[in-house]
Order: sequence, then C-alpha cells, then structure tokens
Amino acid sequence: MADITNTGADFVPTQARPAPASVRPGPMTWLKENLFNTWYNTLFTLGGIYLLVQTIPGLIDWFFASALWEAAPADACKEIAGACWAFVYEKWRFILFGTYPFEQQWRPGTAVVLFIGMVVISCMKPFWNKSLLVIWPVGLAVTWILLSGGLFGLDHVPNNLWGGLPITLMLAVIGAIVAFPVSIALALGRRSNMPIIKAFCVGYIELIRGVPLITVLFMASVMFPLFMPEGITIDKLLRAQVAIIMFMAAYLAEVVRGGLQAIPKGQYEAADAMGLSYWQAMVFIILPQALKITIPPQVNTFIGMFKDTSLVLIVGIFDLMFTMRVAINDLEWRAYYLEGMVFVAILYFIFCYSMSKYSQWLEGELHRGHKRL
Amino acid sequence: MSATAPAETAASTMGSHDVITMSGVNKWYGDFHVLKDINLAVKSGERIVVCGPSGSGKSTLIRCINRLEEHQEGAINVDGIELTDNIKNIDAVRAEVGMVFQHFNLFPHLSVLDNCTLAPIWVKKQPKAEAEATAMKYLERVRIAEQAPKYPGQLSGGQQQRVAIARALCMTPKIMLFDEPTSALDPEMVKEVLDTMVDLAKEGMTMLCVTHEMGFAKAVADRVIFMDQGEIVEQNEPNAFFDNPQNPRTQEFLNQIL
Ligand SMILES: Nc1ncnc2c1ncn2[C@@H]1O[C@H](COP(=O)(O)OP(=O)(O)O)[C@@H](O)[C@H]1O
Ligand SMILES: [Mg+2]
Repeated sequence: MADITNTGADFVPTQARPAPASVRPGPMTWLKENLFNTWYNTLFTLGGIYLLVQTIPGLIDWFFASALWEAAPADACKEIAGACWAFVYEKWRFILFGTYPFEQQWRPGTAVVLFIGMVVISCMKPFWNKSLLVIWPVGLAVTWILLSGGLFGLDHVPNNLWGGLPITLMLAVIGAIVAFPVSIALALGRRSNMPIIKAFCVGYIELIRGVPLITVLFMASVMFPLFMPEGITIDKLLRAQVAIIMFMAAYLAEVVRGGLQAIPKGQYEAADAMGLSYWQAMVFIILPQALKITIPPQVNTFIGMFKDTSLVLIVGIFDLMFTMRVAINDLEWRAYYLEGMVFVAILYFIFCYSMSKYSQWLEGELHRGHKRL
Repeated sequence: MSATAPAETAASTMGSHDVITMSGVNKWYGDFHVLKDINLAVKSGERIVVCGPSGSGKSTLIRCINRLEEHQEGAINVDGIELTDNIKNIDAVRAEVGMVFQHFNLFPHLSVLDNCTLAPIWVKKQPKAEAEATAMKYLERVRIAEQAPKYPGQLSGGQQQRVAIARALCMTPKIMLFDEPTSALDPEMVKEVLDTMVDLAKEGMTMLCVTHEMGFAKAVADRVIFMDQGEIVEQNEPNAFFDNPQNPRTQEFLNQIL
C-alpha cells in the first residue's frame, strides 16, 4: 500500500475486466442439451412433437374455431363439428346455482362473490390481524342471510333448494376453517403423554382415514339421525358439513404431525430450559415452524378435499358437479355432456390452480428473512 | 480478555453456600446405567468445567440440573428447590437456571430480539418494553446488539451462540449451564464465544460448563471434573488437574486431547 502513495506517479487504473459471458445458454444450445442430447431423447422429442401436432390443432379447432359460441337452441348444434357452447349458455345458471329459484339467483351469486372475496382478503398479508375476526363472522352471517333469506324482506329459500357453486365453496372452505384447528388438536393429542387422549386421537385418525369419505358422509346423514333422540333433527347440509370437517381434520392432522416431527428436539429443549409451559412452547415455537413447513401438503390435502366435496351427491346435496350432471340429463342437450364436463373442469381448475399458486407464494413469503438467501 | 489469561482469584466471587447439590444421583436409560452415584456440590459463584470422553454422561449430568432429563435415584437440589415430579418446582428451577446448547437452539422463525424477549415476557410476565430493554442490554454485553432485528439464520455460528448466551441471560438466571458451547463452531469463532463466557465468569455467575477447551478451564474454572462411564472419576482445581492428574483414566484422557 505504501508504495502506491510514494511513487508520485499518477494513478492509472487498469482496464476493468469485461462482464462475464452470459451463463444462460442460447436457445439452440438449450435444445441440443436437453431435447436432442442422446438418440433416444431425440426419438422421444420427435414422438412428442408428432403427438402434439396430431392433437393440439384438433383440440383448438373443437374448442374455438368450429365451436358454437352463442346462445342457440339445441338443434343448432347438430350442424356444428366443434363444441356446443350453447349448452353452457343455456344451462350455466342451473350448473352454478342448481334448483335455487331462478329469479332469486342474484342472491347465491352475490354470496359466492362475497365468499370468494373473504377468502381472497384472508390470503393477503395486510389483513393478517384481528380484522379477520370481524370479517369472517359478519361475512358468513351475510352469506347465510343472502342464501337462506327470511330476513330483510328476502324470501326464505330452504337449503334443500340450494346447489352448485355456493355449496361446493361453502363445504370446502368452512370445512377447512373448522378442520384446521381440530387437526392441530388431534396432531398434538396423538403425540401427547396422556394415554387416554393419545388413544382417542390415534383411534379417531386411523378410523377416519381407514374408510372412504362416502362412508363418513353416509354415516353422518343416514346413521347419525338414528342415534339422535326422538324429535331432534339435524339439517342435512349441516350433517354433510360435519362429515367433511371430520374427514378433513383426520387428514390434516397427519400432515401437521409430520411437521411437528420435523422440528428438531433442540427447539423443545430450548423452550423447556427457558421455563416455557407446554402450550407456550407449542404456540410460540413449535407450531409456527411446523405449520410453515407443512403448507404444501396442507394445500394439497385441501385441494383434494375441494374436489372430493362432489361426493356429497350421494346424500342428496347438489354440489357443482351434480348440478352439471343434472343439466345434461335434459334430453334435448344430452349429447353435449363433454361441454358440460369441460365447463365444470375449468371452474374447478381455476380454484385449485389459484390455491396451488397461493401456497407457493405463501411459502416464499413466510420464508423471507428467516434463512440466509 | 483472552481465554488463556490467568485465573481470577476464585474465592473473591465464590459464596459459601451450595446452590446445587446432587447426592447419590443415579440414572438409567433402560438397562444402561448412565449416571452412577453422582455426588456434587456447587457453591454460589463457583465455575466448574466438566470434561470426559464422549458418551461418559456429561450432558446427561448437567441436563439433570434443569430437569431436561429426570434422575431415578438420589436427590438434586437447586437453590433450595428439590427437583421432583412437581411441575412447580421444575418451573421454579428453570427460572433460575439458564442453558446454552451445543447447537445453539435459537428459534429460527423469531428475530434475535424476539428470541431474547419471548421467555421474559411469557414466563416472567415482564412488560414488552422492559423485556426489550433488558434484551438490548445483554445483546450489548455479548457485543451483538446491532444484529437484534436479524433472524438467526442470517448470523454466523459464533454470533448465534452469543445470542443464545444473551437469551439465557435475559431470564437473569443465578446459574448458567453450558453444554459444549464451542464444539459446533468453526475454529475462528471459538474465541469470541469463550471471551463472552470469561466475561460472564468474571461477573460472578455460577457456571457449569461441559467443554474440552483447556485454556478456558485454566482461565476461569475453580474446579475441573472428569467423568468417565457415568462416574465422576476425579476433580481438582485446574492447574493440579491438568499438570498432575491422579487417576490413570484421567491421564489417558488428557493425553488424548492435549
Ligand atoms: N435418550 C437416550 N436414550 C438412551 N441412551 C441415551 C440417551 N441419551 C443419551 N444416551 C446415552 O447415554 C450416554 C451418555 O450420553 P451423554 O450424557 O450425552 O454423553 P456425553 O455428553 O458425555 O457425550 C451415551 O452413551 C448415550 O448414548
Ligand atoms: Mg454431550
């Protein structure tokens, strides 16, 4: 260092090195390295391209080009080679809202928008505070009043007339909200030192996981009333909701348990050594970490349950899937079941894909700062 | 302050009464007899270093003192409180005893500051502002206050261990237990942690420290205890212990590590 200041010569900077060549390979290199690097990969690539060429144009043609995109009577579709979206024009209100009185369908429509709004709000960081404790009870009450009526001049609509999207959303989302804390209790109970609690939780989880959802639904709706005292009836929809909660809780409990097991023993020991009680250690230390690492499997379970709610049809509840099947029972439109399936599939996909994307975002969000990046 | 500085005069800070007494303590893991008839008395302000081969029961011994492990026979008394199944007693002891672990065991989802204030707020019921002031004081003392808003994962091993020490100190314990606090650290970080511990020793903290850092033992320990196969084989003040070990097992062990 001293030499530099003592030579008296002007400081001449050396030329900066050129920026490093881009490490990203060009598209041709990428193709060569990934799709044509061996003879069999080349074969698979060409085979794949052939299949895509064979199918994609046909699908696009069916879906868009040759399709009938406007409201029309069923006969009009007979001359059409592509999809008959006239079916969806004709039936979308029934598919979405089932047998809900036609002129009143703005009510379930508003309820669905409100409900989705609540879920979206709850997913956003600025709302992760006590405001949710107000939003949800109020929102659920408004949803209920909208659907059920009997108040504020709304006609009463009994819930055996409800159907379609509101049912699917409600069963799944309310199911998840209630099942989540239950699942945590079950997971903790399963690891408890108290033999009775542990035995109960193990028994419950294994029993429910050991039988199909249909069985639980069926038991809840057919057998449960048999055991109830004379004169007491529990609403059919409520029974299905309880069955879904019970089922979801058992599955989520195992997910949460996996998370609990992944927390290093040292975390429990540090909590113990500082004198935190069991519940303090759980609430402040163990659960926040365990729940965070189990977000992907939790969302996975929820997506599965979201689609499984379609099984409630066996106890006579008209969810989204079932209203679609009723819609295609219409003799006139019978031929267009594929269009109906695609329509419902798109709806399911939108919901499930959003959940999946959200879980990815959430994981990253909760990770930020905790780890060296 | 370096870890190899000459020992402070032990008697100056050491009180006369025993804060920890273990008498006739035995512990088994199944059939495995891990602690064999342990008798140990620790005076207030005394600094004890525990060493011995891996698996000899050192961790188990100090973990019995705050009941992370329970003993099956004998009596352990910490600051006048008998350790039994009684939860109240256990909590009372844990409030008096701080512990530092080999792998730090910081809470990764909480900031450094929150790591330090959690127990004071929830166990000691301190107001948040007071707990934070105390935490900053101790973080200052372990020379890491500027890292308070960071998360443990963003710190080096040495920094994490110093946070762990500060976190334990925030509960203002009477006794500190250290279980190989430097053995998970890269060599260049050992000194910063040992220096922190030396400072603590000078302040008169009662310390039980499992470590093989002989420089540290010579600098601060009042007594070195050698354990082997679940027994306390030999104990002595550090100079005599290292220069003139009596038991052949101690001699063999010292030959291996020195
Ligand atoms: N939870 C446990 N169950 C069974 N054996 C254990 C357990 N913890 C420790 N041990 C055994 O007890 C002995 C003493 O362990 P430990 O006190 O950790 O030794 P050290 O800290 O001196 O290396 C070791 O042989 C170890 O394998
Ligand atoms: Mg050990």
